[in-house]
Amino acid sequence: MKNLFSNVAMTVAVLAMTSGMAGAASKGVSDGVVKIGVLTDMSGVYSTLGGKGTQVGVEMAVKDFGGKVLGKPIQVIGADHQNKADIASAKAREWIDNEKVDMITGLLNSGCALAVQKLAGDKKRITMNTGAGSTDLTNKACTPYSIHYVYDTYATGKVTAQAIVPTGGKSWFFITADYAFGHSLEQNTTNFVKKMGGKVLGSVRHPLSTSDFSSYLLQAQSSGAQIIGLANAGGDTINAIKQAREFGIDKKGQKLVGLLVFDTDIKSLGLNVAQGMQFTSGFYWDRDNATRAFAKRYYAIHKAMPTMDQAGAYSATMNYLKAIKAAGTDDSDAVMAKLKSMDISDFFAVHGKIRADGRMVHDMYLMEVKKPSESKGEWDLLKIVKTVPAAEAFMPLSESTCPLVKK
Amino acid sequence: MNKYVWCALILLGLLAPFVVYPIFMMKLLCFALFASAFNLLLGYTGLLSFGHAAFFGGASYVTGYLVKNSGLTPELGVLGGTLFAALLGYIVGSLAIRRQGIYFAMVTLALAQIVYFVALKAPFTGGEDGLQGIPRGDLFGLINLGHVYHVGGSPLGLNLYYFVFVMFCLGFWVIHRTIHSPFGQVLKAIRENEPRAVSLGYKVDRFKLIAFVISASLAGMAGSLKSLVFQLASLTDVSWHTSGEVVLMTLLGGVGTVLGPLAGAFTVVTLQSELSSVGSWITVIIGSIFVICVLLFRRGFIGELGRLLKRSL
Amino acid sequence: MDISFQMVMSQVMLGLNNGVFYAILSLGLAVIFGLLNIVNFAHGALYMLGAYVALLGFTSLGPLLGMPDFHLNYWAALIVSPLVVGAFGIVVERTMLRRLYKFDHLYGLLLTFGLALIIQGVFTNFFNVSGDPYEAKPEILNGVVNLGFMMFPKYRLWVIVVSLLVCFGTWYVIERTKLGSYLRAGTENPELVKAFGVNVPLMITLTYGYGVALAAFAGVLAAPIYSVSPVMGSEMIITVFAVVVIGGMGSIMGSIVTGLLLGMVEGFTKVVYAPASSTVIFLIMVIVLLVKPAGLFGKES
Repeated sequence: MKNLFSNVAMTVAVLAMTSGMAGAASKGVSDGVVKIGVLTDMSGVYSTLGGKGTQVGVEMAVKDFGGKVLGKPIQVIGADHQNKADIASAKAREWIDNEKVDMITGLLNSGCALAVQKLAGDKKRITMNTGAGSTDLTNKACTPYSIHYVYDTYATGKVTAQAIVPTGGKSWFFITADYAFGHSLEQNTTNFVKKMGGKVLGSVRHPLSTSDFSSYLLQAQSSGAQIIGLANAGGDTINAIKQAREFGIDKKGQKLVGLLVFDTDIKSLGLNVAQGMQFTSGFYWDRDNATRAFAKRYYAIHKAMPTMDQAGAYSATMNYLKAIKAAGTDDSDAVMAKLKSMDISDFFAVHGKIRADGRMVHDMYLMEVKKPSESKGEWDLLKIVKTVPAAEAFMPLSESTCPLVKK
Repeated sequence: MNKYVWCALILLGLLAPFVVYPIFMMKLLCFALFASAFNLLLGYTGLLSFGHAAFFGGASYVTGYLVKNSGLTPELGVLGGTLFAALLGYIVGSLAIRRQGIYFAMVTLALAQIVYFVALKAPFTGGEDGLQGIPRGDLFGLINLGHVYHVGGSPLGLNLYYFVFVMFCLGFWVIHRTIHSPFGQVLKAIRENEPRAVSLGYKVDRFKLIAFVISASLAGMAGSLKSLVFQLASLTDVSWHTSGEVVLMTLLGGVGTVLGPLAGAFTVVTLQSELSSVGSWITVIIGSIFVICVLLFRRGFIGELGRLLKRSL
Repeated sequence: MDISFQMVMSQVMLGLNNGVFYAILSLGLAVIFGLLNIVNFAHGALYMLGAYVALLGFTSLGPLLGMPDFHLNYWAALIVSPLVVGAFGIVVERTMLRRLYKFDHLYGLLLTFGLALIIQGVFTNFFNVSGDPYEAKPEILNGVVNLGFMMFPKYRLWVIVVSLLVCFGTWYVIERTKLGSYLRAGTENPELVKAFGVNVPLMITLTYGYGVALAAFAGVLAAPIYSVSPVMGSEMIITVFAVVVIGGMGSIMGSIVTGLLLGMVEGFTKVVYAPASSTVIFLIMVIVLLVKPAGLFGKES
């Protein structure tokens, strides 16, 4: 009975039938081209820290790789998901069904990322997420074809909380972006604040891309918490910090802490406003000679220094192409096996390794915003206070709820 | 309308997935049904609802929830979504028909906005992420709607397509029957001259409300199907932009014509998909079509065609 | 969280701040509706346009004119922006809306809906959806005022005061002057007013221009508080529609008072049960519709 429909369909379709199921698992590059899709927020609240800049990173990697792999051309296409999960998943579906896209990267915004990762997993296509933060991506939502490349809310929450709580930030109040990423960031940070002996007095949730934070800030203020934790990102973090100054909140001894901050946010806030702020990052362009060399080339194209998402997209693409070359095919299973067994080591990832749950672990950094007097140039914004080794920064594999992890 | 035209359309619908990307075809069918349901209200009763997204999107959430979290089979999920839309239609309708004309439009718009906020805030809707990963399930527990056939090298989800197509035909038939029943005649009388219909002794409000509920239910059915097709129920489906889009589809194709909403939905959905690369210029294009339609051809193109052929289409 | 007096007062103050925007916008809608009988769906988009005129005047006008040092300052923007947007409105009325007066009023709603999409779409293409900051806030309005229960930014206080002045000024002109009496008469019976030698079509055009200019004025006031973004108007307009339905369409005083009150109710809700704050206005609308279908200040027809 299950195939009642199939029989009907097959009779209708019999003339159109040519090749059936063939070609899926054979060696070499399927359909003669390796296609990489950059699906991210190109116009919205996160477009500065990801956006077109992520595509620039991917295109640079393809060019550096030589434009061809296994003798076949590599093609990059990009699209804007507008931070809407429905647009993201419709686009990804079309890419996979019609455009034969082999790998999707970028995927800023956890809501969109979760939708695309699930879909791509069902259709056996690889996602290398460089933008989204939710730890769900490598836990209950993990797939055999998904990689979470740059950072997650566990790592940023843990490193930041461990830096702030012991230096007097015992009581917290969260202002949280009301979607998967914000919830995950608040939850993870809360755990570490409590573990460190601090307490959480409350939280308030705001919609993505909020222009007026005043009423949330007032709630945070009247909670009396020492630390106002901003569990949001990009334009939302910037607006919240600016408006806190407008209401004079920072003058009353309460401190704002951004739980996910990108270089571009600091650039937009200015050192005067942001100086002294500490946060966690997976990458900083001015770390060593290799990062500086990359950043210089990147700047020449994009007119801005790369954020961790944008530099991560370069690294992810490069390693993906290396894995195809080593595997001798672009078949997803073979490439994933290669990616998970090889060392990920370049200017971006130090001590990098892709685990069974898809988490790429690498060293993370506790950053501090420089004083205006310390800054020697337009993009000389941050200093690395502490390097946190890969094994300490990320959630241990034993805690992952990903079904792929054998226990 | 001509028997041959119907047969041709049905045949076209049956063969379409072999030529056109099936997901696109299914999206088209969903919006065509949505617009037809909307047209029942605007075109045949003269009520402009600016909140129909509430039924379309609301039902898609309900279906998604029933199929995903309660494990119901897809046909029961669609039924649940449709019933929900009917109930919601009854509530919104009873409130809105207290006012007329422009007020009616604004009241429906504002009420739909409440549904939007519920979808945003309620614990089971997934907020900004939407309700993701809705399974397509087995129809009657027997036929796997997610099954993909490989025809000519391209994957085709034919089971799902024919399910959506049959549901579409069913919905369309209901609308067709309603319009051509004595009940439909009364609706048209209300559209043409409400005071006269009142003086003839018709309980106008009851007729309006019934029409509203039918329209809302079928809009809901369209939304339910869409959530199965895209495996996602999202805020876009309940937002006022969607309400505006369905007005545009109907207006563009021809208000008060049977085929108009189909043509309108076809045009708008095709435009959106063909022009997706131009980014938000699509909004500008859609807005411009709106303005041109309102200023220059208020009958829509099926309406104009009908005028040329001197018959009702 | 404890509900303290201080907390309530602070949120109500912020609510009043939002309320004055509701008031100006719904006032503009009411003025337009009174004479033209159309619901101006483009009102939100024109509010956004007003903010962008101010922003671009500050950042881009100088370089465009070849004078890189020239910036249209805030005070000038408060005048220039409503004039520019008002002129735009007049063109729209003359070329498009005018053709629709003889048809169902719903077509006016649909036309302005299309316009709203066009304007919003154009700006979405050229500007960041998440908004650009308007940095031209005058020095004198920087800083905070201690209201006793909270520190309130001077600028927001200024917005409240100037908005109230504009609202009540408009009310005074329409309800208490000769010009206003023509307007009101034109609303009741345009044919009769025409017979008295008043140029009614011109009056309609200017009224639309004025209503739209009010929206632009609100846009300039909002620019330094919220970032200037292409979607700022579309988020606002639906709430303002609900305000208009609650107040009663076409009632001048009704729209002002309802706007202010609902802003404060919204602020109060944020203290009591924050998740409901975005729906409370719509819930009130439902109740008003059940009890008094014509709106709080509207006349039963």
